[in-house]
Amino acid sequence: MSSASGGLAIEATGLVKRYGKTMALDGVDLAARPGAILALLGPNGAGKTTVVRILATLLRPDGGTARVGGFDVAKDPDKVRDLIGLTGQYTAVDEDLTGYENLVLIARLLDHSRAGARSHASELLDRFELTETARRPVKTYSGGMRRRLDLAAGLIGRPRVLFLDEPTTGLDPRSRGVVWRLIRGLAEEGTSVLLTTQYLDEADRLADDAVVIDHGRVVASGAPAELKATVGGQTLEVRPSLPDDLVAATIEAILAEECGTVPRRGGADGLVSAPLAGGMSGTAAVAAVARRLDAAAIPVSELGVRLASLDEAFLALTGPVSERVQ
Amino acid sequence: MSEIVLRRPARPVRVLRQGLTLAWRGLLKIRHSPDQLLDLSLMPVTFVVLFTFLFGNAVAGDWHSYLQFVLPGVAVQTLVFASMNTAVAFNADLRSGIFDRFRSLPVARSAPLIGRVLGDAVRNAISLAVVMAVGFALGFRAHGSPAAVLAACGLMLLFSLSVCWLGALIGLLGRSPESMGGIAFVVVVPLTFGSNVFVPTGKLPGWLQTWVKVNPVTQLSDAARALMQGLPVGHGVQNSLLWTLAIVVVFAPPAVFVYKRRV
Repeated sequence: MSSASGGLAIEATGLVKRYGKTMALDGVDLAARPGAILALLGPNGAGKTTVVRILATLLRPDGGTARVGGFDVAKDPDKVRDLIGLTGQYTAVDEDLTGYENLVLIARLLDHSRAGARSHASELLDRFELTETARRPVKTYSGGMRRRLDLAAGLIGRPRVLFLDEPTTGLDPRSRGVVWRLIRGLAEEGTSVLLTTQYLDEADRLADDAVVIDHGRVVASGAPAELKATVGGQTLEVRPSLPDDLVAATIEAILAEECGTVPRRGGADGLVSAPLAGGMSGTAAVAAVARRLDAAAIPVSELGVRLASLDEAFLALTGPVSERVQ
Repeated sequence: MSEIVLRRPARPVRVLRQGLTLAWRGLLKIRHSPDQLLDLSLMPVTFVVLFTFLFGNAVAGDWHSYLQFVLPGVAVQTLVFASMNTAVAFNADLRSGIFDRFRSLPVARSAPLIGRVLGDAVRNAISLAVVMAVGFALGFRAHGSPAAVLAACGLMLLFSLSVCWLGALIGLLGRSPESMGGIAFVVVVPLTFGSNVFVPTGKLPGWLQTWVKVNPVTQLSDAARALMQGLPVGHGVQNSLLWTLAIVVVFAPPAVFVYKRRV
């Protein structure tokens, strides 16, 4: 059966999901190799969670097909559930129970014997460095501890495919590092991981492949390093001497044409910047922009290129926030 | 294919075991937060004390003999009220992240529902024990055999189990835990107060008697009183069991249906 999907851990084709008139997903394709980490990147509301919920059999797509471990999520949900683990965006553990009890509960639901459930739970608590707090109710846990317990709960039954919906959102940098290390360890053991994130940085450090979605569509995909390359990795900045709205708008129009990306304004001092489109030379772009500014008689106090931050690259792929809100 | 065929016979056993595991989760919560135990016993204590002294002298002349009449009915009333907690708790549960996890696991769709109802049955047993204990402390005396008293309690718990299914259905249909209160009120008040729990049927106006006589709470209270006092039970037990069965047959399938559709 798994030969039908060419041995892919996850394969989705043309996923569509509508909520009333809103298109949450508008034809999403993605593929995850076994044992690899695939990052599903996108801003809030892009449709990341919807994809995860469909793949984890929690939601039926209105169109398209999805296979996990070779099984169709709509036709064979029980087979898919045998293979997967899920850690959602919201902590999916019982606050009133202790960490240990939470894990035993899940293990018992998965037909582990009483003794088996206990040893499996202890083993996971140990691995996730939660042994000390194992006997305390989860409501007394810190955010990082909860997330680790949640991850541990997702691993009961040793799933072959693991879905992690924003596993590090809201965590402090130290806890984030711990979670990253755990996820890497799982992939090294052969678990296929699909994680969603809003941070290109996270995808860059963790994932083998990345798919960027926005407005329910795939806007880019490839290795995280390739994604950075497609947006050039350089940003052109112009600071007008006399900033006002008209001047800024003119500069934006020039940058949009010369850089091939969507410019943005940098705040009160009138800075306008735009990432350079893939393959574009920084020197040529500066020269072209300088000529246009001169022709438009706009005096500037600063003009140059610098390396783009990852956030800017991400923004270039998904479009400005204002557009997204509408 | 062979795998599916092999697993089928074991399915009811697995569903029940998963249901029991989830019921255990409910009981762990009681153990961890003793305030839940307070919740479970506060209402029964209030009901017994309040109704005995509120209506005692007016209905029966003195509260002590009224207690003998009212206690079995108050026990039934307490259980019906408690069953509505199922609605609120289940509704809140459905919204929590942990339900997504259950749904993403190879766990039977009906297991969380069964777990909720079974767990609540245990909670109801605790409430019933509190009612009886307060009753005995105030001077209630059962003249029936211990077996008959236990049978009366069993009958009441069985009935509360069936009402839990109605609670589960309300919990599934309600939009928010807050909206449950109103719906539960409309169901519970006519059932419990529109019965002969507090006033014997004969003392009620004729039009009300028509409803009171068919009301399952009346039937059950009659059966419980007769069993506890060692009086002839007539059709009380039989009618209570029929009602219990009818409520399960009417409300459990739609609850499971709505639940599966949500999942």
